[in-house]
Amino acid sequence: MPQNVWSLLAFGDTGWGDELLAGASITVQLAIVSLACGLILGLILAFGRLSHWRALRWLTDVYIIFIRGTPEFLVLLLVFFGLDQVVHMAATGLGFQSGFEIPKFAAAVAGLSLIFGAYASEVFRGAYLAVPPGQIEAAMACGMSSSQVFRRIRLPQMWRFAIPGLTNLWMVLLKDTSLAAVIALDELLRQAKVASEATREPLLFYVSAGVLYLVLTGISDIVRHRLERSAQRGFAR
Amino acid sequence: MFEIAKSYLKLKIAMSDGVCAGLDPITPHLFASQCTRFIDGFIVTLELLVFSSLIGFAVAVLIVMARVSGRPLLSIPAQAYTYVFRGTPLLVQLWILYYGLGSLGEAGLGPLWPFFKEGWWVGLLTLVLNTSAYVAEILRGGIENLPRGQVEAAEACGMGWWLRMRRIIFPQALRIAWPAYGNEIILLLKGSALVSTVTVLDLMGQTRTIFARSYNLSIFLYGAILYLVMAGAITLILRFVEHRMAIPRVARKAAADPATAPTR
Amino acid sequence: MLRKLLTAAAIVAIAAFSAGGAFAEGMTIRIATEGAYPPFNGKDAAGNLVGFDVDIANALCAEMKDQCTIVAQDWDGIIPGLVANKYDAIIASMSITDERKQSVDFTDPYYSNYLRVMAKTGSGITSIDDLAGKSVGAERSTVASQWAEDNLGRSSDVKLYDTQTAAYSDLTSGRLDAMISDIYPAYDWLQSNPGYEFVADKIDINDKIAIAVRKGDDKLREAFNAAIKAIRDDGTYAKINAKYFPFDIF
Repeated sequence: MPQNVWSLLAFGDTGWGDELLAGASITVQLAIVSLACGLILGLILAFGRLSHWRALRWLTDVYIIFIRGTPEFLVLLLVFFGLDQVVHMAATGLGFQSGFEIPKFAAAVAGLSLIFGAYASEVFRGAYLAVPPGQIEAAMACGMSSSQVFRRIRLPQMWRFAIPGLTNLWMVLLKDTSLAAVIALDELLRQAKVASEATREPLLFYVSAGVLYLVLTGISDIVRHRLERSAQRGFAR
Repeated sequence: MFEIAKSYLKLKIAMSDGVCAGLDPITPHLFASQCTRFIDGFIVTLELLVFSSLIGFAVAVLIVMARVSGRPLLSIPAQAYTYVFRGTPLLVQLWILYYGLGSLGEAGLGPLWPFFKEGWWVGLLTLVLNTSAYVAEILRGGIENLPRGQVEAAEACGMGWWLRMRRIIFPQALRIAWPAYGNEIILLLKGSALVSTVTVLDLMGQTRTIFARSYNLSIFLYGAILYLVMAGAITLILRFVEHRMAIPRVARKAAADPATAPTR
Repeated sequence: MLRKLLTAAAIVAIAAFSAGGAFAEGMTIRIATEGAYPPFNGKDAAGNLVGFDVDIANALCAEMKDQCTIVAQDWDGIIPGLVANKYDAIIASMSITDERKQSVDFTDPYYSNYLRVMAKTGSGITSIDDLAGKSVGAERSTVASQWAEDNLGRSSDVKLYDTQTAAYSDLTSGRLDAMISDIYPAYDWLQSNPGYEFVADKIDINDKIAIAVRKGDDKLREAFNAAIKAIRDDGTYAKINAKYFPFDIF
C-alpha cells in the first residue's frame, strides 16, 4: 500500500477526488433529467391506462408489464444499442444519410426515463383513483367542467397521494444511475472504476463512491421528509 | 457429497438440452442456435435467485429481530446496516466486494480466498446482504402495523418476548407484508442481472456474450422474454402462497367491510 | 408558415451536408478510433488521441493527399457508428472477421495480430494444454474471447470481462491463472508489470487487422489499399512500427 493512499482522493492533477465529484455531478444531472422525462412519460402512461379505448389500455399494460419484469440493466443496454439503430433506420427511411450522434447521456436518460415512467404511471393511477369520488360528484354538481374538476379538485389531491410513491421511485432512480457505468458514461461509479484501475486501489475508490452515494441518498431523504410533511399539511392522519 | 454435485451438474445439462430440444421447432433460428446458452444462463439465474432469497430472508429475520428488540446495542447496528445497504446502489456493493476485497488477494484473505475468488459466490453474498436489508425493513413494516390488541393480549397471557414473536407477531407480520415481500423478490431477480459484470454467466451474462458475437438486438429481446417468464412464474407462486396464507374470516370480513380490515 | 419553411430548409441543408459524398482527393476523411487500446490507440495526458493507429491514419491520409479528422468512439458502438455515417473509416485495430464483413467492408491488412497467453512468472504453464482446469480470462466481444470460448470452453474455466482493464485487475489479484489477449496491448501491459510474462506459443488465428469502411465504399477502400502499399514500400510504415515495437508487426 502506498504510504499516503488518502492522497489519491485529493483534488487537482495527482488526486482523483475532483474526478469523483465530477462524476457525482453527472449522476445528479442524469437523475434529475430522467426524473423530468420519467414524470411526463408516467402521466401519459397513467392516462393511457385509465383511458376508454381498450387498445390503448392494452398497449400501455403490455409496456408496463415488460418494464416491471425485465432487469433495468437489460433495458438500459437494449436502449443504448437500439437507439442508434432506430435513429439510423428512421433517417435512412426519410432519405437522409444521417450522421446524427446519440450521446451516451441521452441514451442513459432514455433508458432510465422509460423505466421510471412505467412505475410512475402506477403511482399516478393510484393517486388519481384515490381522490374521494364524493368530491368529484360534488364538484360536478356545482357545475364545474371536467377540466375544472381536474385542475381544482383532482390534481392538488393527486399530488398528496403520489408523493410517497414518487419519492421512493426517485431513490431507486438515483441508485440506478450507477448502471450507466457499464455503458461508459462518466458518472460517479465509472469514475471510481477508472480511478481504481489506474491506481490499483479498488477498495478505496469503490468505498468512496459508496460514501458519496450515501450522501446523495441522505440529502434526498431529508428533502423527501419535507415534501411528505408539506403534502400532509392540513389533513388529519 | 461430491457425487451429489456431479449428478446435479448432469441434471442441469440434461434439463437444458431437453428444454432446447423441445423449443427447437417453435423458436426462430437465432434463438434456437444459442438456446442451450440461454437456458444455461436461465438456470444460473434461478439458482442465484433461490439461494439468495432463502438465505437473504433468514438474515433479514435476524436483522429485524435486532431492530425491534428495543436494545440499542442490537438495534443501532441493525439500523446502520439497513441504511447502508438500502442507500447505496447494488452495483457499487457488488464491485466493492468483488474488485475491492479481491484486490487483497490470497495474502489478504487467507482461507476466505476460494470464496472471494469466484464471481458466483461474491454475487450471492452481495445479493444476500442487499436483499436482507430491504426484506428486514419490509418485515419491520409488517410488525409495526400489527393490531396492537393482539400483542397486548399475548403479553397479558404471560408470553415471553420470543414466544410472542414466534407465535403471534411474526406469522402475521409476514402475511401483512407479503405483497411487499413478493415485490422485493422480483426486484431481487432483476438485480441479479448485475452479477454478469463480475464474470458470472447468468441469463444476462449469456445474453451479453451472445450479443457480442452478432450485434443482433433480438438477442436482448429473447433474454427479456426469459426474464419475464421467470418473473411471471414467481408472481404466480407468490399469489398462490398469499392465497393460502389468508385467514378466511379476516379476509371475508375485510372484503365486506373495509373499515375493519387490519390497517397497513 | 414561414417558420415551417425555414425548418424544412434547415433540414434539407443539414441532409445535404451530411450526405456521405463520393471519395475524392482533397476531401476530409472522418476516421474513428477507440482511444482505449494502447499502444495502438489511446489518449495522452492532455486528452489527445495518440498511438500506432493514429500515426498510420495520418500517414495514409498524407499519402492520399487528404485531410483527416480523427475522433474517439467506444468499441461497442464503433461499427454501428460507421454504418450510420458518423464517420467514414475505422482505424482502431479491428480484426477482419466474417461476422463483421456482413456489416462493413475491409481494406487490405495493415498489421497482423496473434493471441498470446499471459500468466504470473513461474506459473508453470508452458503450453495451451496446461490451461486445462485453470481459470482463463478475456475481454468479452474480442477475438481472444471467441477463441477461448471455442477452444477452452470445455476444459478450462473461461471468464469474460466487460473491459480489458477489469481482466488485468483479476489477473493481478490472482483470480485468473492466465489471460488471453491480443499480443500487442498485452506486450505493452507487460512492460509495466514485470511479475507477469507470456507463456505458451503464440496462437495464430490468421487474424489480420485492417481498416473498415462502409459497405460498397469501394473508392475509399481502393485508395486506402494503394496508400498502405505505398507507405510499406517507402519506409514510412517501418518508421512508425519502430516507434512502438522492436519487431515488424505487418
